[in-house]
Order: sequence, then structure tokens, then C-alpha cells
Amino acid sequence: MNSLDWLVLLFTIIGIAAYGTWRTRHTDHLDTYLMGDRSTRWGTIGISVMATQASAITFLSIPGQGFENGLGFVQNYFGLPLALIIICVVFLPIYRRLGVYTAYEYLGQRFDQKTRLLGAGLFLLQRGLAAGVTIYAPAIILASVLGWRLDLTIISTGLVVIVYTVTGGSAAVSLTQKWQMGVIFAGMFTAFFILLARLPTGLGFSEAAHVAGALGKLSAVDFSFDPSKRYTFWTGIFGGLFLSLSYFGTDQSQVSRYIGGASLRDSRLGLMFNAVLKIPMQFGILLLGVLVFVFYQFQPAPLFYNQVEWSHATAGPAGDPLRALEAKHAALHQSKQAKIHTWLAVRTAGDDAGERAARTAMVTANAATEAVRQEAKAALLAANSRAQTKDSDYVFIGFILEQLPHGVIGLLIAVMIAAALGSKASELNALATTSTIDLWRHFRPLAAHDEARNVRVAKWFTAVWGVIAISFALFAGFSENLIEAINIIGSIFYGVVLGLFLVAFFLPRVGGTSVFWAALAAQTLVIVLYNTLSISYLWYNLIGCAACMLFSLGLEFLRPTPAAAARA
Amino acid sequence: MILPPPTNSGREEKSAPDAAPGVPGFSTWQGVYIFVFVSFIFVVAALAWFTRFFA
Repeated sequence: MNSLDWLVLLFTIIGIAAYGTWRTRHTDHLDTYLMGDRSTRWGTIGISVMATQASAITFLSIPGQGFENGLGFVQNYFGLPLALIIICVVFLPIYRRLGVYTAYEYLGQRFDQKTRLLGAGLFLLQRGLAAGVTIYAPAIILASVLGWRLDLTIISTGLVVIVYTVTGGSAAVSLTQKWQMGVIFAGMFTAFFILLARLPTGLGFSEAAHVAGALGKLSAVDFSFDPSKRYTFWTGIFGGLFLSLSYFGTDQSQVSRYIGGASLRDSRLGLMFNAVLKIPMQFGILLLGVLVFVFYQFQPAPLFYNQVEWSHATAGPAGDPLRALEAKHAALHQSKQAKIHTWLAVRTAGDDAGERAARTAMVTANAATEAVRQEAKAALLAANSRAQTKDSDYVFIGFILEQLPHGVIGLLIAVMIAAALGSKASELNALATTSTIDLWRHFRPLAAHDEARNVRVAKWFTAVWGVIAISFALFAGFSENLIEAINIIGSIFYGVVLGLFLVAFFLPRVGGTSVFWAALAAQTLVIVLYNTLSISYLWYNLIGCAACMLFSLGLEFLRPTPAAAARA
Repeated sequence: MILPPPTNSGREEKSAPDAAPGVPGFSTWQGVYIFVFVSFIFVVAALAWFTRFFA
């Protein structure tokens, strides 16, 4: 990064923070602080829902997924359009009719206060954990760019987020999200076209896609029934449906984005906007990662993409064997390049038998370089048991820093950090809303009538959740790919929370006590299964939801009726 | 005097849930949902084709 990049970066970050703070400087009503004003149109709702989900992690981690595992991750979103239709038909009219601040208020009205507190508590637990990961994401960028220690970077960026969120409030987030999404799309298209321009002469998009396809990176849809596979059509449809239903229907960070719309129509159209555009958008971001993979097939490629971690390791006592692996990888990579060129030439000539042989040689060469990468990760771990060996999150940021022109580098990094701050502020605001409405106002109904005190309490909760998120972020380095870490955390809790809501909507005979104990039992079951089984985490959304509903029915059936209890 | 817990009165939805969507070409919400579902089927089919074509 040069001074132009730094200028763009600092100007953008400070500008967005100042803009949000200035526009919301007179926020002294709880409604405005927690919900923004209730005049949001469908376009803003659609962008806001999309921006809340698409934070810096989307830009960092999903291209890394594409680079490492190809397009298969897109199946994770197959349940999303179906879930949003269900939410428009079932969830949304109820939330709007009741005029609630949080989704969990509805549980209190339908069941009882202990079930409301359970729903709110599960949300606070899982979103508090996930909030740590969204602080971790921009910290990776700064650590990579500046060579700072990751833990210190997490703490310092987290503190900036807390200050911005507490002073700016939720309304500032909505305002800036429009800018962020516009610049994010601009950045994606810029990176896409620069990538295509940097490919070797004569290698257009189609040939690049054929190279990626031959090396197994373009398998977008997999109809296999193998339960150990993380992403298939079936996990996407069923697990993804339940994950999306839970996330969009019961997670306050999303619910607050659409229930504050000007009308039911605006809220519905905002969700339908996402139902149509989300899968193509995720496909585009994954494809960007696949193209980075193809790009590095024709360039000298790093053995390990987290250069800061690698430099530390090679400078230490285990440096010699690591450098030997680096040399071995460079030689194998060069050999693979030759095999790719051979395959492309034979393929163009139309020699089928030769094409099959050349493809086998190319795939074998790719497996050999991948094997050295695995060796390097094992060697890193042997040298330092705390080394972070997952480097896919560093692939796209590395490409930006090395390949994009100055000015654009600063802008793209600023976009990622600004998007991360915006989604972080949105999450903290949702956590504060739930804490204020479902906990504080529940336990202090008298004090809750003081409007100014309500706002002060909400700001305090925002700050407290920020500190908790920083604490969790310090452990996020041990997780897998960032986006997966968030989804894994969500899948453990979301299914049960969704089960609470589905019982409320569709099982009118089930009462509060049955569903409360059923939810606790289902949550325990999911945690036990997660620690014992090795199935795709998406299935836990379905398992948690189904268990909660079945246990509720069972307990309601076993509970004595009031007449029987009176006789006893 | 003990005040009751705060309520959300005044923020409840006034419009009917089955009111027309007000989107050109769609007279009912069912039509909007069917359009979104067909779009989803089309996208999955396109992705399946993409997988086979470049395999």
C-alpha cells in the first residue's frame, strides 16, 4: 500500500463513521435508536437485508471458499428463496400485526415469558458468538496489510466498532449500507475484469472455466446423498431452508431490518428482492475465487497464502525444511503449468485420447502441488502448535494487494472494513435491542417507562456486547473458514429457535411449559450430536427444529390435562 | 402506583396481508411468490448445466 491507498482508506473509514454519527446525533427515542424510522421503502429494505448478511466476510472468505473448494458452497443458499417466501406468508404478517420490536416478544404473547426469555437467550448466545467472528474478519486484513499481531488488531478494531455503534446507532447503519453495497459491487466487477485481463494471452473466460472445471472447481450442484458431504443439493435445500428460515425469520439482526418497513408490502418486496438476487450474487463471488485459482495456475503461486504467518515460521528454527518445501512446490507448480498448457493445446486440437491423457497428467500434477501444501501446513503446525494453517481467507486479499492498482487497493480495503463495521454495528444493535426489550424492560417494567433511560440502557448494552464480541473474536482464529465458522455457530442454535416459532405458528394446542422444556432438550441433543457425529453442520438446523417440535408434541401429550390435574 | 409494562400499541399493522402487491404484471402475492420460485428453479438448472458443461 502506498500513500494514495492510505489516503483513500482513512478518508473512507472516517467519512462513513462521521456521516453515521452526524445523521443520528439527535437520536433520543428508543424507536429511532433501535429500529430507525418506520418509513423505509422496499429497495432500502432489500439492500439492508443483503448488506447485513454480506459483510466483509463475504468479500474475504467466500472467494477463499471458491479458491479452495470451488463453487459447491453456493448450494448452501438453495433453501434461501423458499425460506423467504415462507417468511413473507407466515412470519411477517404476524410480526407486523403485533407491532413488536423483537421476534421474541411474539413468543411471550403466544406462550409465556419464560419461553420468550429462552428464545431471546439463545439468540443472544449464538449471535454474541458470531459477532466475534465479524470483528475477526477485518482484523485479518489489517494484520495482513500492516503485519500487526492479530489479537491486538482484533482488540483495536473492535473498540472502534463499539465507539461508532454506540454514538451512531442503527439508523446510521441503514444509511451507509446503500453506499457499501454499491461500492462492493463495483469492487467485485473491477476485480473480475482485472482478473480476466491478467490471464495469459488467448485464455478467455471460457478456457479459464474449462481449466477450473477440469481441476474440480466448477462443481456447483451435487445431487449425491452422501451425508458426510458438507455441501450438496439436499443439504442446501433442507438444511439451507431451515438455516435461512431461522436466520431471516427469527434472528433479530435480520428481523429488525424488515419489520421497520413503511408497510407490509415494502417489507415483503424487500425480502423477495433478496430471494431473487442472493444465489446469483453468491455465485459471482465464488466464481471470483475460482478465477483467482485459475490466475495462480499461470503465475508463480505462494505455497502458503498467509504470508505473515509464513514469514514468521521461515524466520524461526524450522525455516530450512519450510524453505525446502517452498522450493519443491515451486518446481511442481512450474511442471503443472506446462501440463495445463499441454492439455489446452491438445483439447483445442480435438485429440480425444490425447486430451484424456493430458487431463489425467494435469490433475495428477495438481494433486501433487496440493499434497505439498498439506505438507507445509503440517510442518507449520509441527513448528508452532498455535500456527493458523487455514490460509484460504488470505487468498483474495493477497491478490488485491499484489495485482490491483494503487488507489483501488485502498478503496477495496476500505470497503471491506466499512462493510464489516456496518454489519458489526447492525449486529450489536440487534443484541442491544433484544437485551433492552426482552430482558431489561421485562425485569424493570417501571424504569422502562422512562424514554431517555431506555436509550441510555440500549447504548450501554451495545457497548457491553461489543466487549463480549471482542473476547470471542480472540478465539476465532481456531475456527475454520470464517463464513463457515459463523454458519456452524448458527446451525447449532438456529434449529431450536426456529422450532419454537414453528410450534407457535402451526401447533396451536402446544403450551408454553411443553415447548420450553422441549426446546431445552432439543438444544442439548444438538450439542451432543455435534460433538459425536461427523455430518454436515447444515443438518443440525433440521435436527434441532424437528426435535423441538416433536418433543413439544410429546410433552404436551404426556402432560396431564387441567381436569386430570384437578382430580389428582 | 404501579405502572403496567410498556406495550407496542400504535405500531401495529393496519393494512390487510392479502392487499395487492402493487408490482406491474402481478395482481396477487401468490403470483409474486410463483415468479420467485420459478426464478429459483431456473437458477438451479443453469448451475447444473454449468457444472456439466465445464466438468
